[in-house]
Amino acid sequence: MQLPDAEKAFDSLAKKIQADANKDFTLVGIHTGGVWLAERLHQALGIKQPLGTLDVAFYRDDFDKIGLHPQVKPSEIPFAVEGAHILLVDDVLQTGRTIRAAINELFDYGRPASISFAALVDRGGRELPIAAQYTGIMLELPADKMLELKCGKNGKLSFHLYDKSLPE
Amino acid sequence: MKIHIKNGRLIDPKNGIDAVQDIFIAKGKIVAIGAAPDEFQASRVIDAQSLVVCPGLVDLSVRLREPGLEYMATLESEMAAAVAGGVTSIACPPDTDPPLDEPGLVEMLKHRAKSLHQAHVYPIGALTQGLKGERLTEMAELNDAGCVVFGQSDGLLPNLRVLMQAMLYASTFGFSVWLRPQEITLTGDGVAHDGEVATRLGLLTVPVCAETIAIGNIILLTKETGVRVHLCRISSAEGLAMIRTARQQGLPITCDVSINHLHLSDMDIGFFDSNCHLMPPLRSSSDRDALRHGLLDGTIGAICSDHAPVDEDAKLLPFGQSEVGATGVELLLPLTLKWGTEMRLPLLNVLSKITSDPARILGIDAGHLSLGSAADICIFDPDHYWKVTSSAILSQGKNTPFMGMEIPGGVKYTLVNGHIVYEH
Amino acid sequence: MINRNPQLDENGVLQHLLTTEGLPASVLLHILDTAESFVGVTERDVKKIPLLRGKSIFNLFFEPSTRTRTTFEIAAKRLSADVFNLNIAVSAQSKGETLLDTVNNLSAMNADMFVVRHAQSGAAHLIAKHVQADIHVINAGDGSHAHPTQALLDMFTIRRYKRDFRNLRVAIIGDILHSRVARSQIHALTTLGVPEVRVIAPKTLLPKMVERLGVHVYHDMAKGLKDIDVLMMLRLQNERMKGANLPSPEEYFKYYGLTPEKLSLARRDAIVMHPGPMNRGVEIDSEVADGKQSVILPQVTFGIAVRMAVMSILAGNQV
Repeated sequence: MQLPDAEKAFDSLAKKIQADANKDFTLVGIHTGGVWLAERLHQALGIKQPLGTLDVAFYRDDFDKIGLHPQVKPSEIPFAVEGAHILLVDDVLQTGRTIRAAINELFDYGRPASISFAALVDRGGRELPIAAQYTGIMLELPADKMLELKCGKNGKLSFHLYDKSLPE
Repeated sequence: MKIHIKNGRLIDPKNGIDAVQDIFIAKGKIVAIGAAPDEFQASRVIDAQSLVVCPGLVDLSVRLREPGLEYMATLESEMAAAVAGGVTSIACPPDTDPPLDEPGLVEMLKHRAKSLHQAHVYPIGALTQGLKGERLTEMAELNDAGCVVFGQSDGLLPNLRVLMQAMLYASTFGFSVWLRPQEITLTGDGVAHDGEVATRLGLLTVPVCAETIAIGNIILLTKETGVRVHLCRISSAEGLAMIRTARQQGLPITCDVSINHLHLSDMDIGFFDSNCHLMPPLRSSSDRDALRHGLLDGTIGAICSDHAPVDEDAKLLPFGQSEVGATGVELLLPLTLKWGTEMRLPLLNVLSKITSDPARILGIDAGHLSLGSAADICIFDPDHYWKVTSSAILSQGKNTPFMGMEIPGGVKYTLVNGHIVYEH
Repeated sequence: MINRNPQLDENGVLQHLLTTEGLPASVLLHILDTAESFVGVTERDVKKIPLLRGKSIFNLFFEPSTRTRTTFEIAAKRLSADVFNLNIAVSAQSKGETLLDTVNNLSAMNADMFVVRHAQSGAAHLIAKHVQADIHVINAGDGSHAHPTQALLDMFTIRRYKRDFRNLRVAIIGDILHSRVARSQIHALTTLGVPEVRVIAPKTLLPKMVERLGVHVYHDMAKGLKDIDVLMMLRLQNERMKGANLPSPEEYFKYYGLTPEKLSLARRDAIVMHPGPMNRGVEIDSEVADGKQSVILPQVTFGIAVRMAVMSILAGNQV
């Protein structure tokens, strides 16, 4: 099937955030795709506050099923979470479980004034009451397909589709 | 009962016989070999086609755990195990509880063993009272009660002055002294050979010199006292070399090796396998190879099982706290055959190490198939391989480093004094 | 008769941590990498993550050690596990209950993990061999055999300060003979590709054939410390100081104690480590222990992160 252009989706997402940028956002990207996006947004939107990154591996709810993720990266939150307006960024929004884990982790750093959420793609299939304030594109996909964002050597973003049953 | 064993391959090391010949038994004795005596009416005929018929085995170290240690094994269980292994004469170390240091205890053991009508039991009398290494036992009295030789418990040699006196006293009566050479001050709480494996595993060690220093002392005391000495279960190449030299000088010293040390090295401890917690400890592979050759050149006179059944709980402990020893009386024949096959030796030579040679060391009339001698016989299938499992072993001790291995030599019949005491 | 490595399942997945010996470098590095993420956790406001919520971890200390037990306890609590401390040295064992009885009783209480400290080499192996398949065992020190989490936190510390293992000279100094820490350090260092590992000690404190473990043996600090990047000091137990191993702590300090003068023989940027607790004035001079080349306190901090990493990797590795 024809996948949408990830770069166009990013432009669309960046515009929507910019249009609403009356608040002093602090960006936090979720490993791995969300971090690429957050870095791009950080530049594109000219945000001064340093960028945060989260690896939600320690907060996932499927530890008992799949164990610890083989490559956990350190979370880095180089600013005070207490009282901050945080914009979480991730590539694909589906069940909402990753965002649940990310919000929980953020609260272990302090009490933010607000958290909003930007997703490059919303593919539906929610299992938790979670919504994105900013969405690049909406996409309908069969449930057995996995959508992944990749970042080329030149920094160019692209989408890839896999069968869920197959190992990546 | 008259028994006719026919078509078997008769191997009798003492008489140098290896031929297919029939054997005829009456009144507990061998009455003919080859042709049947006149008017011989067998009440039982055993067809030994493709089987080996050899003297019942003589095992120089079997712990029956009686008296006193019945939680590990009983006389009944271990005597049954012995004949299942083709063993018809066994020497038992004195380290029972109480030790075999009084004629009454020895008589009791002999009596109990005899009533089971299985293998002949030859208790090794305690050399010192309570095996404490301080006062001599009544060796002559003990001899009357049935002790043929005298020894100490494992690794507990008396101080040199007492040892010299004990040797002198034993030599007065012509008794031989059996000792496992180990210098206790160098042993301490050691549980493993002082080599790479113990270094890796962080186990306390027993250095080779604990054995060689004791052997050196014993050799010098043998010279001094003239007593006949048998060194039990030597473990090191260096110790072996010392014994070889002493024998070349004409000293009356013999020694044996256990089935464990003949086949295993400290590498077999693996990840703390407590079945390999043995004394002396399993040493390096070069020590093992030297022992295998020491048997060939005759420096080592016999192979023994060093049978030491241990209850299961006592092995389910960290290596250093686990009980020492391995069950083995049923593995003596298979592991001797395995050694012989690996060394490409004729069966005649191989079987001498567990029949005629140990009988001579123990000083008993056994281990041969001469006309008129007691019909102690082992009949086995040399080509039958079997797997060592808890259920395959009759001994109450299921502890052996060979558990799970396939070994050759299935005993089919064991006869003691012309009675079939085991049949498989 | 030698079985496969009892720490790994048939797919090579870590089920127990008993020793650093025989583990592939990838497994050791995975633990170190995971620990990096936990260092961040211990620096936050809320020093706790929900990863092992609902899991029961039993500290089975057959040999008393408040210090090591506490580090495991902190690590487990920061992972939100429930921790139970059993000082078995004074309870069950004195009533004649065997080691495996104790373990079976605790397994019946639905334990997920045992952290075991025992005075006998091989105790943790024995327990790992006999526990239910879904229980993970961490060796927190067995006799003179192994102390893998200590060695791993040492590796973590070395990597923090020296980056690459493959161009280092490391010296382990002191009572190698009785040290489970030294054995685990040696295996970890050689596995991670350190080209030169030295041991420095008098002959009474060295096990036989120690060079077979892949180390170079020195008896003289001046020679042994030359060109060294990392100095790993070992604790000298009180009972070894006077007797058949050593004549006196004073003589030991004079010849093998780490003083500023001796430290100056190593590379100028060398780091000094010690597993603690230190005997100041016996194996190490206070000036060195508190000096700027000392990384002894960071070792303690990293120890928590490394133990968190080991616990979470094991707990996540299903049977």
